[in-house]
Amino acid sequence: MKFLDEYRDQALAEKIVNEIRRTVTRPWVMMEVCGGQTHSIVKYGLDHLLPKEIELVHGPGCPVCVTSLEMIDKALAIAARSDVIFCSFGDMLRVPGSEVDLLILKSRGADVRVVYSPMDCLKIARANPEKKVVFFAIGFETTAPANAMSVWQARQQGVKNFSILVSHVLVPPSIASILQSPLNRVQGFLGPGHVCAVMGYREYEPIAARFRVPIVITGFEPLDLLEGVLMTLRQLEQGRAEVENQYSRVVQREGNRVAQDLVNKVFEVCDRKWRGVGSIPKSGYKLRWEFREHDAERLFDVKEIDTKEPEACISGLVLKGVKKPHDCPAFGKQCTPEHPLGATMVSAEGACAAYYAYGRHLQGQKREGELEVTR
Amino acid sequence: MCLAIPGKVLEIQQDAEGVRMGRTNFGGVVKQVCLEYTPEVQCGDYVLVHVGFALSKVDEEEARRTYEALEAMKQLGELDTPEFEAGDAAQPGGSP
Repeated sequence: MKFLDEYRDQALAEKIVNEIRRTVTRPWVMMEVCGGQTHSIVKYGLDHLLPKEIELVHGPGCPVCVTSLEMIDKALAIAARSDVIFCSFGDMLRVPGSEVDLLILKSRGADVRVVYSPMDCLKIARANPEKKVVFFAIGFETTAPANAMSVWQARQQGVKNFSILVSHVLVPPSIASILQSPLNRVQGFLGPGHVCAVMGYREYEPIAARFRVPIVITGFEPLDLLEGVLMTLRQLEQGRAEVENQYSRVVQREGNRVAQDLVNKVFEVCDRKWRGVGSIPKSGYKLRWEFREHDAERLFDVKEIDTKEPEACISGLVLKGVKKPHDCPAFGKQCTPEHPLGATMVSAEGACAAYYAYGRHLQGQKREGELEVTR
Repeated sequence: MCLAIPGKVLEIQQDAEGVRMGRTNFGGVVKQVCLEYTPEVQCGDYVLVHVGFALSKVDEEEARRTYEALEAMKQLGELDTPEFEAGDAAQPGGSP
């Protein structure tokens, strides 16, 4: 496919890796922010291609992973109602709440449906006027325009039986939170390309300046990621701390203004609880008051649900880049994608699940799909 | 979750509710995509699509420039004499 295949070219990957080898003089720790980037890095074995001086740690950018246990319990409470059709992206179905998950509820007779886009829910709502159709609106800034449009169109079209359970999270406050932590090891960031396609990268500039860290907005294909590493490395080696844009074929500094406008009409910034991390101030979106008739949290009276998270796993430290999945004694043993103990194992894009899927719990075996570089 | 893929817009029309939609080809799979957030997009353009929404137009000119810069680095790399480091010289012939 155009704009995908050419960014997986092995010979070119090899040249970038060689350039990285020539440039590096000392150890550096970089974090890729987005779960999609983590997935590509582990799938193609990019971290194994890099010189030992460069350590990639995996960031908090998996919205499925960081959706709080409390919010999952709210979703389950709503989905269990007989007057509700509960719609969700597929990857939320197996995320465990305190007791069950959406898939188990479905097997017990709840009407839980997987949708490709939140707009599909409007059709379901029109076709089922006697039911209340609820969409589980999770995601980072990338997904906010789609979710905002579903509510906007519901109001425009007078679809009154449609609401969304909002658990939106924002990247910049989470990066700032990582950098403020006394445990922080991250010296440079591969910024989230698709988040920035929507939001642009202006809001990363004060973070780069305040914390003296390079932030390179980076795409998701192997060549994008390797070039992002090279650009971050050059900044680190030269003592610069700027925001640069590797993903210029898609991202502009201002982002998508049309999308931002509608997102701002429908949502406002709020404090948000992150699974494994805790509450981060001003790190999420909630629906504005004007759209309260489409706010599932108000309509179904689940505001009081308050769930404490178990302390069993180290996912909070993995999400902050302090630990790697195999630092956890439970990884690949008590904790697997079938029986996840915590946030980073629950979604395919979580760092622990990506490590597991690509065989990182098996030592010393060549894995399918990895790129190789002649050294 | 932030997965977004590039597709080529084949045809643009409004749906029954007046929403701007585009028939978009993803390597042979054709789907309807909402183009409300990309008013500048025309037939034949590539767009980056996430959960049924085009988030931005893929800038072909910028893509070509970046790719050529990478390829230029490739040629520069080939002009360099390979450097060897202790423990890193499994293949003394250097890169192909």
